Amino acid sequence: MTIQTSDPGLGVAEPSPAAAAGPAVRTRRNRFAFLRNGKAITGLTILGIFLVLAVIGSWIAPYDPSAMSNDIMQAPSARHLLGTTQTGEDILSQLLVGTRGVMVVGFVTGFCATVISVLVGVSAGFLGGAADEVLSAFSNIFLVIPGLPLVIIITSFLPNAGDVVIAVVISLTAWAWGARVLRAQTLSLRRRDYIEAARATGESTWRIIVFEIIPNLTAIIASSFVGTVVFAVLTEITLSFIGVASISHWNWGTVLFWAQNNQALALNAWWWFVPAGLCIALLGTALSLINFAIDEFVNPRLRTGGRAGGRGRVRMRTGFTPVVRRTPVVRDPQKGDRV
Amino acid sequence: MKYLFQRLAFYLVTAWAAITINFFIPRMMPGDPVQSLIARYQGQLSTKAMASLYALFGLNQHKSLWQQYLDYWSTLFHGDLGLSFTFFPTPVSQIIGQYLPWTLALVGTTTLISFLLGTGLGVVSGWRRGSWMDNLLPIATFFSSIPYFWLGLIAIAVLASAWPVFPASGGFDNGLVPSFSGDFIASAAYHAVLPGLTIVISAMAGWILGMRNMMVTVSSEDYVTVAHAKGLSERRVMFSYAARNAVLPNVSGFALSLGFIVGGTLLVEMVFSYPGIGLVLLQAVGAKDYPLMQGIFLIITLSVLVANLLADLAYMLLDPRTRREG
Repeated sequence: MTIQTSDPGLGVAEPSPAAAAGPAVRTRRNRFAFLRNGKAITGLTILGIFLVLAVIGSWIAPYDPSAMSNDIMQAPSARHLLGTTQTGEDILSQLLVGTRGVMVVGFVTGFCATVISVLVGVSAGFLGGAADEVLSAFSNIFLVIPGLPLVIIITSFLPNAGDVVIAVVISLTAWAWGARVLRAQTLSLRRRDYIEAARATGESTWRIIVFEIIPNLTAIIASSFVGTVVFAVLTEITLSFIGVASISHWNWGTVLFWAQNNQALALNAWWWFVPAGLCIALLGTALSLINFAIDEFVNPRLRTGGRAGGRGRVRMRTGFTPVVRRTPVVRDPQKGDRV
Repeated sequence: MKYLFQRLAFYLVTAWAAITINFFIPRMMPGDPVQSLIARYQGQLSTKAMASLYALFGLNQHKSLWQQYLDYWSTLFHGDLGLSFTFFPTPVSQIIGQYLPWTLALVGTTTLISFLLGTGLGVVSGWRRGSWMDNLLPIATFFSSIPYFWLGLIAIAVLASAWPVFPASGGFDNGLVPSFSGDFIASAAYHAVLPGLTIVISAMAGWILGMRNMMVTVSSEDYVTVAHAKGLSERRVMFSYAARNAVLPNVSGFALSLGFIVGGTLLVEMVFSYPGIGLVLLQAVGAKDYPLMQGIFLIITLSVLVANLLADLAYMLLDPRTRREG
C-alpha cells in the first residue's frame, strides 16, 4: 500500500536524459540484461509459480474448498497440510482455488489501468496546452481522492459483483499514478532531437506517439503495470476481507474473512490466517522485486553493490582535482565510510 | 503566493469532483436500492426516512437531474448528510462527528511517526549504501507488500492473544466514560499502541524505500561533491545538502499517498474494533447503510484534501523555488 517515490521524472523538474535514453539503447545491445538481475529472477520465479497455481489450482486442490467434514479446527497434518476450519474445510484447497481470483483481478486491473494511464498520460504530455491542463487536472483529482473508500462504496452498490467487475472498478481508481509518471516522462521526450526529426520528415502525430515515444516509455509502463497489480491484489483481498465482494468466490481475502469472523485469532488457529497472509506478502514482494529491478535497470545508480563477481564500484573522490578511485564494495565499518 | 493559490484552486476543484462523484454513484447503479432497502427493513423505516432516501438516491421522478443536483448541494451546505439506518434515526453528520476525532488522532500521530522514522532511516541507508543498512531493504520490501489488516491480525495473535500484553480491541476501557481525565487518556493511549504500531510498521517501509532511492540519486550530484570539497563535516553534507534536497519528492509523495494510508488505517480500525471511522464504515457496509457510507467517503476525501494542503505548505517552506514571485 505504498507508492513508489523513485519513479524517474517525478518531483524532479526535468528527468535526466540518460534515464530515458538508456534502456532503449541497452535493450538493443543486450536483450536479456534485465534477466541477469537477481531481484528480477527471484520476483519472476515467484510470480511464475503463482501464475501456474492460478491455472491448475482447482485441479490439484486435494479437497473441495467449501466441503465440510468432521475434521474440525485441526492443526496442519498429513491429511490436511494446512489444517482445517471450524466447519472442517481444507484450508490448503481454499488457498489453491483462491489463487485464480487474485491473479485474474490483479492482471485484468493492471491491464485496464495501464491502458487508461498510457492514453491519458502520453496524450497529456505530448499534446500539451489546454489538453494537457485538463488531462493532468483530471488525473491529479483521481490521485488525491482516496481510492479504497470509493471502491468499497461502488462495489457495495453492485450486487454480486464478479471478479472482472471488481477489476474494472479498481482500475477506475488505480490509473492516475501511472498517468502522472508517464506524462512527466513524455514531456521530457517530446523536445528531443529525434522527435523533432520525425516531425520534420512529416510523420503524423499518432505515428510519432506510437512508434517513437511509447517504445521509450516501456520501462515506465512496465513498472506502473506491476505497481497497479500490487495495488489491485491488495484492494481485492481487502474487499473480500471486509465482506464487500461476493464471499462465495474463494480468494485469499475470503479465507481471512472467515478466519476473522470465526474467532480464529482468539482460538489461536494460526494455520487459518497466517498462510493466506504469507501468500499475499510473497506475491507482493515478488512484484515489488520486479519493480525494483526495472527501476535499477532504468537508473543504474540505484543498484546495490556486491554483484557481478566482486567488481568494485567507482566513486568520485573529493578534492581540488577529481580523482576516480576504485573502492572495495564492502567497506570496513570501523573506518567509517567514504574515507 | 501564486503557487499557493494554484493549489487552493486545485483542491476546490477536487472537492467539487468528489462531491459530484458521490452524487452520481447511487444514480448510475443498476436496480432500485431504495426498494431493496425498504424490503430489507420491512416497514421499520419511517416515511421521513423513506423521503430522505428517495432524495438521496435521486429517485424522485418529479425533479430534473439538475434540480436534484442543486438540492444535493444545498443540503450539503446545511451540514445535512441524511439519516443513518444502522443508528436510525441519528443523522450521519452526528455519527461521523463522534468517531472522526479517534481516527484523526490515530492517523495523525502514526503518520507523523512513520514519516519521521522512515525518512530518517532512508537518509542513513541511502547515504551508507553497501553497508549493513542494505539489509533493511528486503525487510522493508516485505512489510510494504503485506496488507495493513493482516499485520494487525498477526499483532493481535501475538501481542494480545498468545502473550497478552496489549488489549485486542476497543479504544478505551469499558468502565471509563470518555472525558479529558488522566485515567481516560492513559487508557486510550494504551489501547492505541497496537493499532498504531501496525500502521507505523506498514507505512514506514514505503518512506524508507523512497527516501533511500532519492538519497542515492542526490548523493552523486555536483553540489554534494562540492560540499565535500569544501571540507564540511560528513553529517553536515548528509543532512543539509543531500537529505534536504532528497526529501522534497518524499514530501510530495507523502501528500499523494495519504489516500492509501487513510485506506489502510480504516482497515486497521476494523481489525482492532477501534472506535474510528473505519469501524463505522465496516458496520455501514455490513448493513448496506448507503447514506452513512457516502457521508464517510465525503468526510474522508475532504480530510485528505486538507492534509494535502498542509503538506503543500510544508513543501513551500522546504523548497524556495515555489515561493518565487511571478
